[in-house]
Amino acid sequence: MTERVTATTKPYTIGRPPFRPGEDADFGGKFSEQPGDLNRPDPASCTAQDTVPHASGLIRVLDDNGVASGEWNPMLDAETLIQGLEYMMRLRIFDDRMMKMQRTGKLSFYMRSFGEEAIAIAQTMALETQDWIFPSYRQPGAQFVRGRDMVSMICHCIGNTEDNVKGRQMPVHYTWKPGRFISISSPVGTQFSQAVGVAMASAYKGDDEVCISWLGDGTSAQGDYHYALNFASTFKPPVILNVVNNQWAISTHANLATGGRTFAERGLAYDIPSMRVDGNDFLALYSVTKWARLRAAAGLGATHIEVYTYRAGAHSSSDDSSAYRPKDEFKQWPGGDPILRLKEHLIKAELWDEQRHVELAKKIDEEVMTSYKAACEFGDLASGPYPPASTIFTEVYETVPWHVQEQREELGK
Amino acid sequence: MVEMNMIKALNSALEVQLTKDKNVVIFGEDVGFFGGVFRVTDGLQEKFGEHRVFDSPLAEGGIAAIAMGMGLNGLRPVAEIQFADYIFPAYDQIVNEIAKVRHRSGGEFTAPLTFRTPAGGGIKGGHHHSQSPEAQFTHTPGLKVVYCSNPYNAKGLLTAAIECNDPVIFFEPKRCYRGPFYGDPHNVPTWAGHPDSDVPEEHFTVPLEQARIVREGSACTVIAWGTMVHVSEQAIKDSGIDCELIDLQTLVPWDRDTVVNSIKKTGRCVIVHEAPKTSGFGAEMSASIQERCFYHLEAPITRVTGWDTPFPHTTEWDYIPSPARIAEAIKKTQEE
Repeated sequence: MTERVTATTKPYTIGRPPFRPGEDADFGGKFSEQPGDLNRPDPASCTAQDTVPHASGLIRVLDDNGVASGEWNPMLDAETLIQGLEYMMRLRIFDDRMMKMQRTGKLSFYMRSFGEEAIAIAQTMALETQDWIFPSYRQPGAQFVRGRDMVSMICHCIGNTEDNVKGRQMPVHYTWKPGRFISISSPVGTQFSQAVGVAMASAYKGDDEVCISWLGDGTSAQGDYHYALNFASTFKPPVILNVVNNQWAISTHANLATGGRTFAERGLAYDIPSMRVDGNDFLALYSVTKWARLRAAAGLGATHIEVYTYRAGAHSSSDDSSAYRPKDEFKQWPGGDPILRLKEHLIKAELWDEQRHVELAKKIDEEVMTSYKAACEFGDLASGPYPPASTIFTEVYETVPWHVQEQREELGK
Repeated sequence: MVEMNMIKALNSALEVQLTKDKNVVIFGEDVGFFGGVFRVTDGLQEKFGEHRVFDSPLAEGGIAAIAMGMGLNGLRPVAEIQFADYIFPAYDQIVNEIAKVRHRSGGEFTAPLTFRTPAGGGIKGGHHHSQSPEAQFTHTPGLKVVYCSNPYNAKGLLTAAIECNDPVIFFEPKRCYRGPFYGDPHNVPTWAGHPDSDVPEEHFTVPLEQARIVREGSACTVIAWGTMVHVSEQAIKDSGIDCELIDLQTLVPWDRDTVVNSIKKTGRCVIVHEAPKTSGFGAEMSASIQERCFYHLEAPITRVTGWDTPFPHTTEWDYIPSPARIAEAIKKTQEE
């Protein structure tokens, strides 16, 4: 790979992304890191020092040909693997349909998890159902794992009468208590420290619960990220803290977000075992998360994980990524496509085939369309019905105080 | 004069400043190569270089503190906070540090800087892309607080803000970036043809601390800022009552003389803002007005504001003051 200038240095350094529009996005082919490069330390005795190679390397299980190997191979049974593939396909098809709905004016806004489907799905599958989920924008897939109905998710995105948050939030800001899934905030990063607090409460109460949270490479510049690491280092509660390094924060490349080398290595300074994992490798993600949960449940505290991936789509329906990066950059990403990689692995293991894949995709797509139609029964964006205006005034406080009640009466709805 | 929308006018103000003063630097989230999520800084990095117009890490607290440091050491930073709702991680730096440094150092140190930030609702942004938090800053001595409403005053006020030696929080009504908003989401004109879209290409200022009389009238004074200026204009038309409309433009220090003189003439006052009522800037104005106009008032001073609730997503048109609510309040002042 040719050395590229990724910063100007005078009078002070300004980072640059490796490629801009019109340039050839050449990441140099494949990752040099291979499955088997890194050992799997004993979770019961592992120290931050033991993870120095893991924080600068890249944990992989699936190689470029779909073959699984190495100490981190979680040796999952066929049923679990196919279930993981199904969830990822479901998320991508769901996202594609919802984005089309947005483009035709049927949703006000949308964000896809495109290219990052493995993350929330593999990591949530590696947890227990009582574990708490504090997502960032691209982890709605965790809700599929926890069993949330698509109709309910679409009702939220439309903001109709069946939206469980009563039309109060923008689309994709899902909250779903039965799945212990709490909404992201648009002022990003706040959830990361909150997750540490949730984990401290679990420890305090003696409950077998772990809390997982994610934020982006860009968001890791916020204070909330550093608060989380420091409190987690100090109190050692059962928490799994993930930085999803998908290279881009809207138009800002990770090279402008940090002058450091890897995001994972930051955890070492807090004396937290830190791992860097191939975020498009379902098996590696599952395995590292399982390992982190073992440590957390054993009372050994936090694990810090950099999930190394690529945001294949634009940030949201509001930006056009071809304005700031090459159009086909995602196709060149050495980590490939997480769905295709797991599919290839399953086919090689003779657990899956093309025909089943096509049939499943078709079945899911029909399910999404049926769900969309079912959701619209409760109101569509163009004509409603929407939650009543009275929902503006309720649940601001536990009970409606006089001054808010007066305003509600003034509106008269 | 050139016809500009508010985005172009703000861009023009920044371009003039970058050309005029080598100490002006611009930074914030996505403002560099991409030119900002609302395109206000479009083309400036290309023209003035990466060291003068750059993308910062995503950290508003950091952006505020870095701006203060630059200001302390002779630069004149203009930092963008991508949405006013995102300004709160920077609140400590703004309230405890930036606002107080001149006073606390006995006048030895100052940090001239401007924070530009898109504010207000009407874009289906839910509670984290719609708030109008001006009162959180008007309550902080040491800050000047400005709220533009059209392309002409956007450029003139931003220029004055950048040239001001005090820190300025500069709110841009995002709903009006591409056109005035008269309260009807189904009828969205652009700025084309609007008299306030004629903007000089060269340097000019609209002085801080001066309100603007948008429309003269005798029956009631209506005071608004940002998007609400246009919504109030519509409401006045709908009411059929001869109101005087004042665009406050600068909230701290506000142009009390213009306001008081108007109310002495009309004897009636309606204050309109998008932000919640309780402790909103309308409360401050109302108190000051009655101190000076008590014997001229023919009716109670009325506020038409956002509700004392978070800003909703789906039901935002029931939250933002509508022409109907404002017109109703205007009519009510005539009954007393």
